[in-house]
Amino acid sequence: MDFFTTALPALGDAWGMILQPIVLGYLVLGVVMGLAVGVFPGLGGIAGLSLLLPFMFGMDPVLGLALMVGMVAVVPTSDTFASVLMGIPGSSASQATVLDGFPMAKKGEAARALSAAFASSLFGGLVGASFLTVFILVARPIVLAFGLPEMLMITVFGLSMVAVLAGRIPLKGVAAAGLGIMIGTIGEADAGGSLRMATYDIPYLTDGLKLVIVGLGIFAIPEIVSLLRQDKSIAKDANLGAGWLDGVKDWFANIWLSVRCSIIGVVVGVIPGLGGSVVDWIAYGHTVQTTKDKSNFGKGEVRGVIGPESSNNAKEGGGLVPTLLFGIPGSGSMAIFIGAVALLGSGEIEVGPSMLKNNLDITYSIVWLLALANVVGTVLCIAASGGIAKLTTIRFAYLAPFLFMLISFAAFQSGQNFEDLLALFVIGLIGVFLRRFDWSRPAFLIGFVLSNPVEKFTNQAFQIASFRFRKGFDVGMEYIFSPIVIVLIVITLVSVVFGIRQAKVIMAEGDVKSGSKRAPLIFLLLISGYFIFALINANMIPDYNMTDKIIPLVIGGVSLLCCAILLFQMMRRSEGDTIFADKELSGEDAEAPYGLWGTLAWFAGLIIATYFVGFILALVGFLLSFFRFRAQTSWFKAALLAAVGISFMCFMASMLNRDFPPGLLQDAVDLPWPLR
Amino acid sequence: MTISKFTTAAVAAIVAAGISTPASAEVDFSGKTIEWIIPFSETGGSAKWANFFGPLLSEAMPGNPTVVVKFMPGAGSTKGANWFQEQKHEDGTTMFGSSGSTQFPYLLNDPRVRYEYKDWIPVMASGTGGVAYLNPEDGANFDGSANALQDIDFIYGSQGATRLDLVPLLAWEMLGMNVEPVFGIKGRGDGRLMFERGEANIDYQTTSGYLGGSLDLVAEGKAVPMMSWGALDADGNIVRDPTFPDMPSFKEVCEATDGCETSGDAWDAWKAFFVAGFPVQKLAFLPGDTPQDVVDTYSAAFEAVVGRADFAEISAARVGKYDVFTGSGTADALATATSVSDSAKTFVIDWLKEAYGVELN
Repeated sequence: MDFFTTALPALGDAWGMILQPIVLGYLVLGVVMGLAVGVFPGLGGIAGLSLLLPFMFGMDPVLGLALMVGMVAVVPTSDTFASVLMGIPGSSASQATVLDGFPMAKKGEAARALSAAFASSLFGGLVGASFLTVFILVARPIVLAFGLPEMLMITVFGLSMVAVLAGRIPLKGVAAAGLGIMIGTIGEADAGGSLRMATYDIPYLTDGLKLVIVGLGIFAIPEIVSLLRQDKSIAKDANLGAGWLDGVKDWFANIWLSVRCSIIGVVVGVIPGLGGSVVDWIAYGHTVQTTKDKSNFGKGEVRGVIGPESSNNAKEGGGLVPTLLFGIPGSGSMAIFIGAVALLGSGEIEVGPSMLKNNLDITYSIVWLLALANVVGTVLCIAASGGIAKLTTIRFAYLAPFLFMLISFAAFQSGQNFEDLLALFVIGLIGVFLRRFDWSRPAFLIGFVLSNPVEKFTNQAFQIASFRFRKGFDVGMEYIFSPIVIVLIVITLVSVVFGIRQAKVIMAEGDVKSGSKRAPLIFLLLISGYFIFALINANMIPDYNMTDKIIPLVIGGVSLLCCAILLFQMMRRSEGDTIFADKELSGEDAEAPYGLWGTLAWFAGLIIATYFVGFILALVGFLLSFFRFRAQTSWFKAALLAAVGISFMCFMASMLNRDFPPGLLQDAVDLPWPLR
Repeated sequence: MTISKFTTAAVAAIVAAGISTPASAEVDFSGKTIEWIIPFSETGGSAKWANFFGPLLSEAMPGNPTVVVKFMPGAGSTKGANWFQEQKHEDGTTMFGSSGSTQFPYLLNDPRVRYEYKDWIPVMASGTGGVAYLNPEDGANFDGSANALQDIDFIYGSQGATRLDLVPLLAWEMLGMNVEPVFGIKGRGDGRLMFERGEANIDYQTTSGYLGGSLDLVAEGKAVPMMSWGALDADGNIVRDPTFPDMPSFKEVCEATDGCETSGDAWDAWKAFFVAGFPVQKLAFLPGDTPQDVVDTYSAAFEAVVGRADFAEISAARVGKYDVFTGSGTADALATATSVSDSAKTFVIDWLKEAYGVELN
């Protein structure tokens, strides 16, 4: 396709379609709705688009697209609020933002972190759109060049970021990633349908654990619990330092980093089947490796915010390529987007291979609507960031109950089971201890996120490779060691070697003091115990389902070996060695006025009460008693705050047409919504 | 939609509803919200199906209730179906949508199935078809029979042997073809991509997927259509798919291929599962104890939807040109979709165990 004869006129047509007041009005409407929905961690684009679907039937295509694209585009922007302010990864796209964004908020620099993030998001979105304008014309053969071995290598490259984030004891990082992978294999295997660490008697486990729950459990709960124990505000001294203008300046000072990470975002986003789960980690890894002074990572380095945030909005643009050119959704929200596009107008837009031939102007208007939505969304977000950053100065005891409310609701939406809340609590407990004993939580999360791709691509690539080898040795070698694979192997090796060298400097959990042997040793034994149990469990899968057992066996074996070496080291080294890191010995956790178990008991109480009387009634009791007894407010103020929380929850749920977890009471008695 | 267009549409909808409402004992749904439970995620074919019918149903129901589609994914749709089994009639605002992936575990005695189709009341059913195609190199050997394809190693991207993929896998096996499934892909679109990359050399798509994506490959000479699964005529015989009248059905290819029989256990089993998975793939149900007047109201509404002058046109792109069963036709459709002889069941369960090591209990 010739760029000048076909693409430029189509680009002109696209601008003509977009730049009308009514189209821009719909776009802004979509952006505002997207921002409102995006603050819910884990809901984001899917909930928002489902909300719009009923209106799409027969709607004017450009208006419908403006509304939907406006909504989809700002979700990776607005979930930054949760990542930076609360340490809650809003979606898989903003996991890495938490690592440095949240420490910045703790330093009182929330506004700076937010505006740096938003400026990067905006820039990433624009770079992504410009890149796509040309790239989309030649993308098809490039996308097809990424077969299973190439995708497996990208996944492995993503996993190699564990090296950078492993922490001071690399073996602990590897074991943490191994634990993440093993927990990701729980449930029915994709390939042969064997059950791993699950039984049909507990149907919940057969589906495996959802990313939302694991992300909230590993990052959000430990932070919420820790802050609550200290009973201060998020920003330590309750005053705000650098403001939003500093953030924009920070972004501008690192503009080349932003460019590079945006391109990483588009390129990785283009590859179908990987989606957004690795993009932000790769961008974070790249940021660390290209920064001279690495000592601030994990403690509030602004570059650690700029890198991932530049990549995740650019990724949305890249993700349009498989969606529009192949009809294959890159993410859940893209899947609904495809379905909704078919409803527009008289259904003349068919997403798929014919999109470029028949609807190049529509394709371009989608790309540039995306860019425009980024601009609008960012301007709104930056304007709001100074005010919203003040949240970090509020005493945390006033925020925590609302956070428990939000994350419980978000967790429940992922599977609509009561077990979702239990899983959140259990994973949260694991997160609390990983944090306490300085086992890398990012490594765990990378392992979990990439568990399914690693297993899937390994099995499928192996199967096809063995098929090719039967045809001839050279045919097989050519398949496995394509030029792309070789380049990726080299990049991965380089990144691991450099990563391990740097990992000692990057302390995601801060400088954790070490002390007695007992507690860290017990935790290590517990994790080893899980590995042994999972290995026995995987080994029980019959051999003809080798595809279902090979990854758990290999990963479990390697992780167990790491644990064994750690155990050996622990026996030989003396107390006070970094291997015995324990947050309860000194530092903020140790000095906190409230204990760990007492604080967790509040959350457990909410879950137990939900089991009996349903979520909303349990929430009434939880909020009232928390504000009265833990935050020590007056009854009047407690009732007022509880009423605010409940009405907000009900309003959002009714807008999004979502239910609350029911309890035993709801089984016995019929109650009206929202008590139902 | 501009304001004026919106008003016109709304007025038209109200007028249409006024005309189409017969005076008989219908239940008024004014101000109510019908929840249509789909046991899959927001992203699948069933979501597309329900989202298409939802607004049309709302227009056709007396009192124009809001119809919202609610997703309850889990355990390959058995979670949602088990939930629906527990539901009792309240005010007729709960409806359930099942698909082939709900039918198959039921037919195969999956241990997770705690639902019983016979307890539910069907109010609408619709079907689809499917097309198998080959890469150009091997496609050149296809002459209406699979005789020249029997010595070739094929690779197929599959979602799982116990899912709808059972139908193509068993068909190819009956033709004596050596097809190795690569399991673990999500959705047929990923299968087509694997085919386009040359990693798989045989693929199948449902009708909408074939028309939307694979037809372009055929036009560019990158794929060669092999056969459709066919369609059912009024007497229950397999005939050519009306959407692809020029393409042989599997039955024809089987008849032309040495060693493939269109009678006997294997054929009966294939046909039984084909019928349960394609011609009656998706059904809409009300709970078993729903009073007759409510059932009649739903039936009449779906009949009105299908009776729309523009139905053929608007449905073609979204759900395909296939029969939509309403009224008395749905009961027969349900019977076709959920009854498989014990011998067919045993055959498939044994074959799954032997060929893929799948044990279903």
